[in-house]
Amino acid sequence: MKKTLMFAPLALCASVSLAADLDAKVAEMMKTSFKANGIASIERQVQDEVQKACSSPTQPDAATMKRLEEAQMATIQWPANGDYTGGDWKEGAKIAISGRGLTWTDPTPDNNGGGCYNCHAMDPKEVSAGTIGPSLVGYGKLRGNSEPMVKYTWGKLWNSKAYNACSDMPRNGFGKILTETQIRHVMAYLFDPESPVNK
Amino acid sequence: MKKTIMAVAIGAVALTAPNMQAMASEDLNFDAYRQMLADGNPAELFEMEGEELWRTARGPKNATLEQCDLGVGAGVVDGAAAQLPRFFADTGKVQDLESRLMHCMETLQGIPSAEIINGKFRQGERGKLASLVAYVVTHSNGKKVQVDLSHPKMKEMYDMGEKVFYYRTGAMDFSCASCHSQDGKRIRATQLPNITTSKGAAEGWGSWPAYRVSNSQFWTMQHRLWDCFRQQRTAEPVFASDVTIALSVFMAGKGNGYEAVWPGVKR
Repeated sequence: MKKTLMFAPLALCASVSLAADLDAKVAEMMKTSFKANGIASIERQVQDEVQKACSSPTQPDAATMKRLEEAQMATIQWPANGDYTGGDWKEGAKIAISGRGLTWTDPTPDNNGGGCYNCHAMDPKEVSAGTIGPSLVGYGKLRGNSEPMVKYTWGKLWNSKAYNACSDMPRNGFGKILTETQIRHVMAYLFDPESPVNK
Repeated sequence: MKKTIMAVAIGAVALTAPNMQAMASEDLNFDAYRQMLADGNPAELFEMEGEELWRTARGPKNATLEQCDLGVGAGVVDGAAAQLPRFFADTGKVQDLESRLMHCMETLQGIPSAEIINGKFRQGERGKLASLVAYVVTHSNGKKVQVDLSHPKMKEMYDMGEKVFYYRTGAMDFSCASCHSQDGKRIRATQLPNITTSKGAAEGWGSWPAYRVSNSQFWTMQHRLWDCFRQQRTAEPVFASDVTIALSVFMAGKGNGYEAVWPGVKR
């Protein structure tokens, strides 16, 4: 009886350390199998804590998710002048449509698209919208423009991981994919009654 | 003479392309493309070039590739691709079709692998390698993917490939799983196979290499993975590096038993 008790934890240790070995080997391979090219530096191969925690088929436990989300929430930059939606929805449309930017074939890390249509339906007339994310057709019309809704949307665009640590959505503001001005344009595209998203 | 054949065939494809595009944008379904091209996949041109390359004495050693062992015996092409990647005792490595062909080109013909690794897709020796791939996979078309995972190194590559599949990194936090872990999803108009299932893995693995109608190019699986990583916003994967082999073993192993449609036709 006592022997069984002793063996079980040993076996567990062995399999835990094998799994850790494999993780270390994979992390190493993710560096050695890649090379820097233009703006795509080798630092991109090193995970931050959110990426690391969300790299398996199952999410971390609720407490870990909460801790990660709080840390990500603290990174969100809210508009200094309180202007959330005063952008130009026409500019927002261009940003939503463009999926360009930040690849090793892009010459600079600036002027990126948001790639919104890769995953989301927005303007119902755009037929080639992706389906990985939820449909945003009628976003402002359906949800209204209450302060909590507007703030949530800004935050979600800036750093999606603040609301779901393992969200599939990129962290546009935090990751310097989009500028504050660009995010304000996308906000207008989502909330402006004149935007095709709300027609 | 050969050049004339290529020009005529490419002309035929170009003429029919606008119709196909109109059709595709209507139903977001590229099966129609594949059906229209079923009797004349332009990848045949690469396959013909590849066959010639296989039989032509080339390189500093002025040798053909007819003694190249792709895993089923020296010079045997039939069914070879369906069993790759595999562990090769002579190199002590797991190799996919491309890295194995590169090995043969170096050992038999004296063409340095570095030239291919440091080259560009569709150019020079890496371009010739792609034509050889077209030739070899055609001889596994319709065969069932049958990758032997029993060797410990294959098992390890599979496990590492699975981990890489879920590995989030880069400027947009993407992993392969960001796009390829749910059924029936699309990025823009493009259908995404769910590679976490055997059927989806086989759809991905078993339809590349492929001729791409949208840009009239023949892409190998190395090329496909390289562009996935580009769009994932990672650094650039090295040609035939471990990460590409690991992902290939994972996809092929998971897709075992399903039929390969080689070379494929994609948008």
